[in-house]
Amino acid sequence: MSLFQLLNGLTFSALLFLVASGFTLIFGLLRIVNLAHGALYLIGGYAGYTIAVKTGSFLLAGLAAMAFVALLGGALEQGLLRFVRAAELRQVLLTLGVAFVLNDMALVVWGGDSFTVPIPSALQGAVSVAGVIYPKYRLFVLLVGVLVFMFLWFLLNRTRLGALIRAGVDDVEMVEASGINIRRIFLTTFVLGSALAGLAGLMGGAFLSLYPSADAEILTFSLATVVIGGRGSLEGAAVGSLLVGLLNNFGQVLFPELAYFVIFGPMALLLAFRPLGLFGRTA
Amino acid sequence: MSGAPMKIDAQLPTASPANGWIVLLGVLAVGLALPALVSGYYVSLGTQVLIFSLLAMSIDIMAGYAGRTPLCHGAIFGVSTYAVLYGVSVAGFPLVTAIALGIAAATCVAAIFALLAIRTSGVYFLLLTLALGMIIWGICLRWTRVTGGENGIRGDIRPAFLGGNVPFYYAVLGLAAVLAVVMWRFVSSPFGMSLKGIRDSEGRMQSLGYNTNLHLFLGFTMSGFFAGVAGAAYALFNNFVSPSTVALTQSVEGLLMAIVGGVGTLWGGLIGAAAIILLENIVSTYTERWPTVLGLTFIFIMIFAPEGVLGKLRAVLTRFRN
Repeated sequence: MSLFQLLNGLTFSALLFLVASGFTLIFGLLRIVNLAHGALYLIGGYAGYTIAVKTGSFLLAGLAAMAFVALLGGALEQGLLRFVRAAELRQVLLTLGVAFVLNDMALVVWGGDSFTVPIPSALQGAVSVAGVIYPKYRLFVLLVGVLVFMFLWFLLNRTRLGALIRAGVDDVEMVEASGINIRRIFLTTFVLGSALAGLAGLMGGAFLSLYPSADAEILTFSLATVVIGGRGSLEGAAVGSLLVGLLNNFGQVLFPELAYFVIFGPMALLLAFRPLGLFGRTA
Repeated sequence: MSGAPMKIDAQLPTASPANGWIVLLGVLAVGLALPALVSGYYVSLGTQVLIFSLLAMSIDIMAGYAGRTPLCHGAIFGVSTYAVLYGVSVAGFPLVTAIALGIAAATCVAAIFALLAIRTSGVYFLLLTLALGMIIWGICLRWTRVTGGENGIRGDIRPAFLGGNVPFYYAVLGLAAVLAVVMWRFVSSPFGMSLKGIRDSEGRMQSLGYNTNLHLFLGFTMSGFFAGVAGAAYALFNNFVSPSTVALTQSVEGLLMAIVGGVGTLWGGLIGAAAIILLENIVSTYTERWPTVLGLTFIFIMIFAPEGVLGKLRAVLTRFRN
């Protein structure tokens, strides 16, 4: 694989990490797979696109996308999921219903055309990386992915909130029994995860473009990432997204029509030996 | 993920054989009389209800009896539809061969999915089957040379003697009646009982000496076979297949039908299919926002009536009577 392909794979992995890290944290702590995560990504992208076109500021677009999607996520957690607490399967199916509604509403607001978020002028053009001419913007996505990983690692391993989240992933009842308001932690995690999906929507919208079925595609990739990486593990999300991103790219080069199939192989292999994923632990 | 079975906390009435036969005869009587009572459009709608009730029942074998809620049966169903249409219109096989190939393909896909998914349960199972189903969708969308991509495959494959709405309806009614009885025998057989045992306590079944993985594998594959038969019937009904037939929406609608009718009741699939397809048709005459209505229906049922609309009605009636 040439360096160019490798960079393509790495930058896609970085985007995937942005989506999957929030997804896996919510899955780990709240024990639910938020199937509306893909729709949140798409809506974040669309909202960011609208702001970026109106104001011309990419930064503002990023903040707006994150805030809007975080709000949606908070509303979903507080407004709907609270009615079906402690019934995990019902929660998951409920988020599936939410995904359908959000996707359809996005179709109403933004129509069925495909959009590409405008890239700020500072990130346009290409640079030379070890002799390969490569688009600046995609390297920027890689940088953001690494920064978000560092931020989340710091948050989880060096702060009180992070300690509570990690404790909650391992044993919710024990955290509650020590007098912690776990509901607030749930909400914080959900909002944080949603904000990451919104950010990813904007970042991805600038190089993958946004269209009505983009949410289902990104959701499949995040599902594969979490299945490979394991529930609730930040390292798992990182390793999983690297594997899925690189394999997908590799697949697209070798078998353009069956690229989807290439992420299926390793997932199958892994499941045969570690049904809980690389970094997954039993709850 | 805990190993404890996580099912949609449903009441699971055990259908006694006598009741089952009465229900079947009643349904058959209504089914036989339907074309005499309503116009052609509703006959075609009835055909669709029958086909999707088979899909819903095949999902119920997993969701209701084995306690593993799958989200890939729409894809398994659609694989059969694709294979039948491809076999007849592209490869030029005789219809019967194509149907056999379609059902075999769906069963094989189900067997592969089963191998990957049966070791998991609860949310993990749902997630994994969802991802597997999405892969089928991705392949159907992208593998343009074989599947025709977004354009799908079209072909008037229905044989002449089934050409009209009414003859085809009766053929599907016959198929559905036979398959429903087969599925019913399947879930009430000792094997079906072992699936129920796994649903209620996998650990206990293991210590009783059952190879639970093998039972789940066979149960999943059989349910895929039934979904495949329904998919082949759909190929004849629709004469067209596109990625939307294997999309997540299809799996979700099928599961919703099973849930509306009440999981673990098998017959509920017919009522669920009728309810959802009628709703879809009524909604579609007023608005294009069917996905929103579908999503809202899902949300409301999950919050207010996870045991299914019928189960809810029964519970409310019982409370009212007491």
